[in-house]
Order: sequence, then structure tokens, then C-alpha cells
Amino acid sequence: MIKLTDIQRNFQVGTQTVHALDNINLTINNGEYVSVMGPSGSGKSTLLNLIGLLDRPSAGTYFLNNHNVTDLDENEQAITRNQNIGFVFQVFHLIPRLTAAENIELPLVLAGIAEAERKERVHNAIESMNLLDRAHHKPQELSGGQRQRVAIARATITEPSILLADEPTGNLDQKSGLNVIETLEQLNKKGITLIVVTHDAALGSRSTRSIRMVDGRIESDTIEKKNE
Amino acid sequence: MLLARDAIQFSWQALSANTTRTLLMLLAMSIGVGSVVILTALGEGARNYVTNEFSALGTNLVIVIPGKNETSGDNPTGLIGITERDLTIDDALALTRHPKVVRIAPLNIGAAEVSWQGRKREVSVMGTSYEFQKIRQWKVAQGKFLPRIDLNRGSSVCVIGSELRNEIFGAHAALGQWLRIGDRRFRVIGILDSEGQSMGMNVGDSVYIPVASAQALFNVPALFRIFIEVKTREAIPNVITFIKKTIQERHQGVEDVTVITQDAILKTFDRILSALTYAVGGIAAISLFVAGILIMNVMLVTVSQRTNEIGLLKSLGASSKAILNLILIEAMLLSALGAIAGLIIGQLGCWGIRSAFPQLPAYSPAWAIIASILVALITGALFSLLPAKKAARLDPVIALSKR
Repeated sequence: MIKLTDIQRNFQVGTQTVHALDNINLTINNGEYVSVMGPSGSGKSTLLNLIGLLDRPSAGTYFLNNHNVTDLDENEQAITRNQNIGFVFQVFHLIPRLTAAENIELPLVLAGIAEAERKERVHNAIESMNLLDRAHHKPQELSGGQRQRVAIARATITEPSILLADEPTGNLDQKSGLNVIETLEQLNKKGITLIVVTHDAALGSRSTRSIRMVDGRIESDTIEKKNE
Repeated sequence: MLLARDAIQFSWQALSANTTRTLLMLLAMSIGVGSVVILTALGEGARNYVTNEFSALGTNLVIVIPGKNETSGDNPTGLIGITERDLTIDDALALTRHPKVVRIAPLNIGAAEVSWQGRKREVSVMGTSYEFQKIRQWKVAQGKFLPRIDLNRGSSVCVIGSELRNEIFGAHAALGQWLRIGDRRFRVIGILDSEGQSMGMNVGDSVYIPVASAQALFNVPALFRIFIEVKTREAIPNVITFIKKTIQERHQGVEDVTVITQDAILKTFDRILSALTYAVGGIAAISLFVAGILIMNVMLVTVSQRTNEIGLLKSLGASSKAILNLILIEAMLLSALGAIAGLIIGQLGCWGIRSAFPQLPAYSPAWAIIASILVALITGALFSLLPAKKAARLDPVIALSKR
């Protein structure tokens, strides 16, 4: 569970202070499917980075799974990220010299998990992403959709409770974009909390909860009952 | 926590992904290590060469030189001694009275023309004795060395070096032939084994005759040197005192000889050449530091090129410390591989030198090898600290958004 209370995130631009996040209060329960929308500069990426512990609030408190993670030191934050949070980026961020399997393996390597266990988990992840025949290809040999599925496999390999996706379909054509979204939604159905930042209204409307941000504030937060 | 093996593998993959960069760095590091190895091998080789030359003089050797070398200022000529009184054969004989003196050999030196059946050659003529061969540990190839006779008696016999033999006699048998030296004739009774150059004297191109005969030939009563072999190394100081006292008594109370020991000369040369080895090693080590600075440059470029990757690693749960370690390991791998390549280059270079100059034992000393590897690793680590820290400090949000 994510619980943000009175979160401020200010940037100093020259002599001016920019309020990227202005007094955010937000609770997201486990297993929710949340889309965050809003114009550029509205603070949605900052919010995502903050939830992902890549950024720290200027003020306010952040509880993750009932632990106060606001004041964790750098090392503890890294461990928390590794175990609880998965990131999916618009530009995939795969390491070009590593194969698909090696890219997926990275979070487990960073966590110091033994090789035998890593190989098994990576194999399972590749299988569930339908990437078995591409496992030993370098990213440049994969299509955009395949690359993003590799990135999703990497983000979920440590079985985190939260999956953060920043414009996950931004660099994909419609068909593979849909495929990626369905992959993410399947993961959400299995219980992962999915938060998607997007410009795409069609994509945003698929979620069960839509947050709309303007100027660092939450303008609207609607929970839709889609369970037809 | 990241496992060491995985960290090394990750860094290895990063290095092999950029072969040009990696090979250039390896080249820089290996030139540094290689030059330390080769230069110290040259210095050490020169030292061993000189040591061997001195050992060839014989063991526990004391040499008496006429004239006193003073550095105290009362002798303005400096190192060139002034001969007050001649060193004579009787002086030499008087020195045999000490119980620790095994044998002595006087030496007289002159230059003369030798000829046989119209073939002529200008050579060094050494007037000495039977004992000289024992002291210098020379081998006689044919016949024998000078006879054991009274030092004050001459004899018309000579021993020649192998080179002289070839030049004068060619294909003819030399033993038993009468060789003209200056205005006298000497019968060849022995030919020395080829010994080559020894302490500036070309043994092979010299002729050896009894000391009294040399005195008569050159009309010089004075000796050039007296060689004294002492029974044990420990007795040398005692014998030196005895020599000085005896000569002083015989020379009306004037101590006008210089006594040098092989040991003392050897130690001086050893010190000079060791200092030289350290100096060239140190100079070569500068290139290691240059290589270190190159590593720093390359790693800084690497960090800015891989900013995205570093941001990604952080988002996947790498701590700053893990990033720091990854960059350090990469630099250390570079320097370690460079050091190994340098060792190979250095050993090949030493082998090349030894092949080109067989008399020079160019082997790099162990301390130089160990020191160069350590310096390579330490510079690699030190100079990559800055780029590694820079990488570790990167803000993941900014790092990830960098294009």
C-alpha cells in the first residue's frame, strides 16, 4: 500500500522555486490499477519517481506497505526499490551489450541471488513473456514490443508489489502497444499494483482509477467501477 | 548485495563491449609495466655483468698498486697516485711471509711487437709468474703456464692467448715455436683458453712471460701490480694491515702503496649499478602514472557515456556503493590485464636483449616485477576513484532522462 501525506517536491530553477508536487495526499491500495494523466510539466513523472524512491520529497511523508520510507538512507532505498518496485520506461532502458536474458537477470544479480536460482527464475519469466526464442538476442535484434516485454520481465523478476510504468507504449506502434498493455494488465490481475503514467487518453481509460494532475496538484481522482 | 563474481563478469562484459577503448588502455598500461620490467632488467643485467667480471678475477683477492691514493687533499693529483719508490719483486716476496697469504703474483705490463716468420703484431706483454694462472683461475688450452721458477730469474719461455695464437701462427702448430718479443726470442710453452675480455685487459691478445724477463725486456725494475690471494675472506683486513706495514718498513717508513680488495670494488660498483637500476625503474614507473591518468580519463568518459545505464542500475536497486564498486572493478580489471600484458611484453623484451647480448644477463629483479604490478593496480584504483564517485553520485532521475 502506498500512502503519501502532504507531499511537496520543489525544484530550484535559478532564483525561482518550482512546485513540481504541491501538497499531494494519495493512498493507493495493493492491486489497484491506476493511470496518471495530465499535461507536460504537471508533475506526473515526478510523482512516479517519488513513489519509486528515485526521488525524495521536499516535505511530507511516504508510507510504503506501512513502513515509513521517507527518510531511508540511500542504501536502504536501493534495497527497497530492488524488492518492492519495478520500473517500465518509455525508452525501455535495456543494456545493449547484454542479451535479453541477461537484462532480465540484472535485478537478481544486483540483489546477490545465486546463479542457479537466477537462471530458473529468468527462464520462467522469459517463458511467461513468450520470449523463449529471443532470450539470447541482444536488444537491437528485438522489435520494440519485444524489448518492452523484456523490460517488463526485468521489472517483475524480483516479484515486486508495485509496477511503475512511465509512458510504456510511447515508443511502440498501436499493435505492440496494445500487447504490452495487456501484458501489464495481466500482471495487475495477478495482484501487482500497476501505476501507469500516460498522455494517451485511450490507455488512461483502461484503468480502474484515473488520477488527473495539473500544476503539481491532483485535480481529479476517479475510481471507476468497470467490473461489468 | 552484488556478488563479487557477478560484478567482475558485469565489468568484463562492459570492457569487451568496447574493444578499441579497452585495447588502447591495455596498451598504455602494458607499456608502463613493460618498460619497468625491461629497464630494471637492463640495470640488473649490467650489475650482474660487472659482478661476474669481478668474480673472474679470482676469490679473496687483494691487489697492491704502487703509489698512494689520497682524497684528503695532501695529494693534489687526486686519484692518480705518485710513486715514491718502486714496487719490487723483493717487496712481493716479502708479502708471502704472512701465514694467511696463499700465493702472490707480481705483474709487469708493457707493449711490444711480437713476430714469427714475418708475421707481426703489437700486443700487451705481461710479466708474471706461475702463480698468476692460479689466482686468475685461467685454463690453459695447450701446453702449460709459466714455470715455477725463482721470481728474480728470467726464462725465455712465453704463454700466449688464443687470439694472438690465431693471428700469428694461423694453421701452424704454435707450441715449441720461437716467438720474437721486442728484441728477444721466447719459446711458446702454452696457449690460454679463450677467456675474452677481463677487466679491460684482452687476455686472448696478450703474451705472458716470466716477470724477471719482462723487467729485462722493458728495462723497468718496478712492478705494475702485486696480486695476493688470501686464504679466507675474514683474514683480508689482517693481511691488508700486514701488507701496508711490510711495505712501509721496506720503503724507509713511507706507506706508498694502495691496497684494494676485489670486495671493495665490487661493492662500489654494486651500489652504483643498484642505484642506477632503481633510478631507471622509477623513471619507467612515471609511465605507469601516465597510464593511470589515461585510465581516469577513459573512465570519466565511460561514466558520462553510460549515464543512462547507471541510472537504470540505480532504478533496479543498485546502491551508490554498488555503482562505485562496479566502476572500480572495471578500472582494476583494465589495470590488471594491462599489467599482465606488460609483464609478457617485458619478459619478451628481456629475452630479446639476452638474445642480442648474450653476455648481459638481463633478468628483471623480482622486486621490480612485483612493484610494477602493484603500482599499476594502485594507480588504476586511485585514478578511477574520481570517475567512480562521480558515477555513484549521479541522480537516478536525471541519469535516466539523459539522452
